[in-house]
Amino acid sequence: MSETLTEPHVDHDDAHEHPSDWAYIKIALILAVFTGIEVLTYFESALPIFENNAVTITTLMVLMVIKFWLVATWFMHLRFDNKIFSQLFVAGLILATGVYVIALAAFEFWG
Amino acid sequence: MATATIDSPDTHAADGHDEHHTSTGISNTKLAMWAFLGSECLLFGGLISTYLLYKTRRGPGPDNTTIPTDIFDIPFTSVSSFVLLMSSLTMVLALSALTRGDNQATRAWLLSTAMLGGVFIGGQVYEFTSFLREGVGFTHNPASSAFFTLTGFHGVHVSLGILMLMSLYVASKQGKLTPKHTETVEIVGLYWHFVDVVWIFIFTVIYLIPVE
Repeated sequence: MSETLTEPHVDHDDAHEHPSDWAYIKIALILAVFTGIEVLTYFESALPIFENNAVTITTLMVLMVIKFWLVATWFMHLRFDNKIFSQLFVAGLILATGVYVIALAAFEFWG
Repeated sequence: MATATIDSPDTHAADGHDEHHTSTGISNTKLAMWAFLGSECLLFGGLISTYLLYKTRRGPGPDNTTIPTDIFDIPFTSVSSFVLLMSSLTMVLALSALTRGDNQATRAWLLSTAMLGGVFIGGQVYEFTSFLREGVGFTHNPASSAFFTLTGFHGVHVSLGILMLMSLYVASKQGKLTPKHTETVEIVGLYWHFVDVVWIFIFTVIYLIPVE
């Protein structure tokens, strides 16, 4: 049964096509490789370049951001969903970063 | 003025994408879950900030100077992290299977996800126990309090996720989980992936970044 109705605005932006299972498996493989590289940084003898803390920290932070982005965009479907979902999540992340900066500043100047 | 056609509730959304007849055209439930996850960022942001500020604070006495970073077992935690990461894959595969209407595969992937989550929690219990054996308890020093609070809260989130997954599994067994309920599985999946991304952050910042 079907009926027709008139609405002022119906925008079905959050309807989306999901990627194939193979696409998800490829993303998981990339995540696994990145995790492997992260763990390698702990074993300095495996790659002497990681004896340098600046290199290690930069590598870890970059890999973490990429892993975070891959899970959020592909597994949580943010790249296919309505933009408002991304905005809500990013707002939370920005506020959380703000909390850290404020706490760090408080401890630095008044701690 | 737009014109939309709707089908009766029992026939639409066979592909799992309900058309949402809300003023925004967006599912209210999904919007609420994303708002909740945004607020969860603040909770974990606060806990992670606290740990980062206290991570080198040893106790005043000679008996409570050991901090968690002194006794981390990185190879063990790496395996736990890998297990949790792979549970995100099984979660999306469960959603994908339900969208196709393959209930047997949906159940298998949901159960796999719950079991991988269980392995992660088992690892966390082992880690906490080994810390206690080393004498590093919750009230040992500020660093250990912050560590147990952060990872404990994360563990509680994973445990709640496992309960949700098992509820979905039981619902599927009883024939109550059909492609019409794709959004329910997607919302539980969002929660599950969120605890995964939080762990991605915790694993790097708390476990792997060297303490000066």
